Amino acid sequence: MANPTNNAGLIAMIADEDTVTGFLLAGVGNVDLRRKTNYLIVDSKTTVKQIEDSFKEFTTRDDIAIVLISQYIANMIRFLVDSYNKPVPAILEIPSKDHPYDPAHDSVLSRVKYLFNTESVAGDRR
Amino acid sequence: MAGQGQRLNVVPTVTVLGVIKARLIGATRGHALLKKKSDALTVQFRAILKKIVATKESMGTVMKSSAFALTEAKYVAGDNIKYVVLENVKTATLKVRSRTENVAGVKLPKFDHFTEAETKNDLTGLARGGQQVQGCKAAYVKAIEVLVELASLQTSFLTLDEAIKTTNRRVNALESVVKPRLENTISYIKGELDELEREDFFRLKKIQGFKKREIEKQMKNAKQFAEDQVTEHLSLERGISMNAAHNILVGGPKDEDIIF
Repeated sequence: MANPTNNAGLIAMIADEDTVTGFLLAGVGNVDLRRKTNYLIVDSKTTVKQIEDSFKEFTTRDDIAIVLISQYIANMIRFLVDSYNKPVPAILEIPSKDHPYDPAHDSVLSRVKYLFNTESVAGDRR
Repeated sequence: MAGQGQRLNVVPTVTVLGVIKARLIGATRGHALLKKKSDALTVQFRAILKKIVATKESMGTVMKSSAFALTEAKYVAGDNIKYVVLENVKTATLKVRSRTENVAGVKLPKFDHFTEAETKNDLTGLARGGQQVQGCKAAYVKAIEVLVELASLQTSFLTLDEAIKTTNRRVNALESVVKPRLENTISYIKGELDELEREDFFRLKKIQGFKKREIEKQMKNAKQFAEDQVTEHLSLERGISMNAAHNILVGGPKDEDIIF
């Protein structure tokens, strides 16, 4: 329970209040002994520095397996997200309610699309 | 002479030739194996690419429906439901378990989500909108399912990408550096050995010539000797040899048996 590192990982979130509320309702929220949360609610008062700090914290904590980040927030710290290249924890950009999802910004998906275009030039369109 | 610089610095002997040949065989086998590995990884990689695109698209719809479910819950249960939810956070009940999958020697992390215990905030929305809250919860759990799958796909994608790059680099290095170098070494050693053989042959030829001359000389001497013998024999047969007669007179005092 206190030590979930043995192959049970948490899902961390950096997202707006509504998205976080929804996922907390699903039961992914975790507060540890030092009152540290595995999520960050980003609103208009949150500074980019705070987002950067929690992104760094989530990606270095070893009990976190997946980091969900709203795409518009990922865009704020795009340089950090793009320079991150470790497989675990996995960074996942998710659409948020009031920001439509743009696949062109997703660091992974842009690579996917690029590979798709190069490998199937004459093949099926996708 | 382009390939001359691209060879190993070895002593050109038959033993080393054998060693280098064995190494070339090893390199060829390794190249074939790595090529196969690269192919296997590429197959997996393409499958993952297709799945990622499909899952990313489905993620959009799932997230939309879960956001809508939350809006419904908020409408029915009131906006302050989020404070209740935020306050109720204790330990995570929905977690992910990571395991590794082995594809051609490459370990791919896979995530599985699981619920540890029943979610605590059952009292949320007790007053009103309980159904919507439960629906919202279900929608978000579903979203998590999709997201976890997507995360494992994405992780596999990154890992495979890296693995394919490394493997291809190895394949190319073997193909265009190691193998030509070994081949050059082999041809170098063969050339050197041929050179040695030619030298040896030349030496043998020379010795043979020398021996031939020597034999001829001996033959000539033998012939001379034989001729001499024949003349001596002839003169002996006549009764007296010219030499012998001469000897009696000249070598007389040297003979001990002769008293006078």
